[in-house]
Amino acid sequence: MALEATIMAPTERRRGLWSQMVKSRWAYAFISPFFILFLIFQFGPILFSVYLSVVNWKGLGAMEFVGLKNFTYLFGAGGKAFRQSVLNGFILFFMYVPIMTFLAIVLAVILNSEKVRGIKVYRTLIFTPYVTSMIAAGFTFRLLLEQKGGLFNIALEALGLPGVPWLESVWWARVSLCLLVVWGWLGYNMVLMLAGLQTIPRELTEAALIDGASPVQAFFRITIPLLRPVILFSVILSTMGSFGLFNELMALFYYTRGSGPMRATLTPVVHIYHEAFDNFRYGRASATAYVYFALIFVLAYLQNRYFGRED
Amino acid sequence: MTNLRSLATQIAVYSLLTLVAFFMILPFIWMLSTSFKPQDEIFRRPPILISPNMSLDGYRYIVDLGALRVLWNTFLIAFTSTALSLFFCTLGGYGFAKYRFPGRGALFAFLLGTMIIPSAVLMVPTYIIMLKLGWLDTYWPLIIPGAANAFGIFFMRQYISTISDELLDAARIDGCSEFGIFLRCILPICTPGLTTLGLIFFMNSWNNYLYPSIYLKSPDKFTLPLLMMQMQGPPGYSLYREWMGVAMVSVVPLLALFLIFQRRFTEGITAGAIR
Repeated sequence: MALEATIMAPTERRRGLWSQMVKSRWAYAFISPFFILFLIFQFGPILFSVYLSVVNWKGLGAMEFVGLKNFTYLFGAGGKAFRQSVLNGFILFFMYVPIMTFLAIVLAVILNSEKVRGIKVYRTLIFTPYVTSMIAAGFTFRLLLEQKGGLFNIALEALGLPGVPWLESVWWARVSLCLLVVWGWLGYNMVLMLAGLQTIPRELTEAALIDGASPVQAFFRITIPLLRPVILFSVILSTMGSFGLFNELMALFYYTRGSGPMRATLTPVVHIYHEAFDNFRYGRASATAYVYFALIFVLAYLQNRYFGRED
Repeated sequence: MTNLRSLATQIAVYSLLTLVAFFMILPFIWMLSTSFKPQDEIFRRPPILISPNMSLDGYRYIVDLGALRVLWNTFLIAFTSTALSLFFCTLGGYGFAKYRFPGRGALFAFLLGTMIIPSAVLMVPTYIIMLKLGWLDTYWPLIIPGAANAFGIFFMRQYISTISDELLDAARIDGCSEFGIFLRCILPICTPGLTTLGLIFFMNSWNNYLYPSIYLKSPDKFTLPLLMMQMQGPPGYSLYREWMGVAMVSVVPLLALFLIFQRRFTEGITAGAIR
């Protein structure tokens, strides 16, 4: 094909491409729905959003061009809520992601070995929260974490410990949120790890154990390094997750519209939602969304760069 | 894992498993129990799981409130969007998997790239587009935009690429049209993959709160998550039992689906992780 291409005149080459495309018209037809919908509902909105982010608009009336004011606003006095939301994203991330990921790996390793009785039952039970609406779960957690009559505090007091203001104090609210998030996503991450474990040949760990390594050593020196790609994938998902928590917040912290006590649990996505649909500041919301997008992108890129390298 | 398991290890392992499993189940048990309890027993000390005063009153109340209608709405939206999405994603996946055409690599890479865009960025401008289209307070924004989505096409492409080409060529020789091949050969063979993907789509639609809360305004169009949010009263005065009743209505159907199709659910997750 290449030889013919060099001998053919340019017009003939172009006709070759065109006739190839015509021959494949069905393929183009089949994949076109995606691109059509993309243009209308993703590309169009993105362009529109760029325009929105430099105007002031309340949904009715004129759009007032304000240049980069929406962006500088985020770094000035009025942007405190947004900055707090970004900070919360990091705080929440460090609070639950390491523990949850580690637990997911440990559980996966345990459930991957055939020596445990009732594996299927445990796997099912641990995965069940994934199919539950986080709104339903969030409300149930609210009942459980109710300061005066909730099950958690009753249990604590039965053990002689003081009850805890789970949803009312700044740090306990974050803990409560992390409990809910781990509850909902541990099973999912465990299944991810299980899948990753399937790619590790058993002989590797067995050889190490025969050579005298303890199971714990084999775990840390062999299993975890080989699981690196899956761990990275899981952590990146969790990163985007912790900045994007929405349903959980709306259910747990209904009376503050998801912000939590003193904005302790506000996430960027909830903040953008407030700006757009509670405050009707569409321009500012769009600008904020772009800053959020940039943040997520950079974080994912950095994580991939520093932890994604093969040895 | 070694064959020699000391007693300590066994105790540790089973304790951990049981603890985690218990934590996972606890909310469901509590949800179920609370949905039958009279108001004054919900925060009782000591707590009680099954009380002699349990009744179906909570459920009667929410049915009167229109919960069945909301259940139907939720189902309608989930079913329609799933069916539509399955059709278009399989079509797109088939196109990318079984056809060679100029630009295929670039177009597919582009498709994958669009998966990075967080929905928060699209949230605001899409709302305004829907406003202009007159689609506010209708179900269209929940069904149309995701009809041909990148993840679904990625998933089905992976799945369809395992189908043998000879089968398709044979169908062509038999005089089957290209679209006919899709309908009569590809779709039937893909049933397991369609089930897996369909479950994911269905579940995401059923549990979705963000988009329904933005687009649906009339109470008779609400979905279950919206109804749950609406049941809040002033602090301390919510109808907890009825709340949990709606939560149960939301949770039980998906639980049932999950228990029946367990394997399919886990397949769906791992498809994205293993490249």
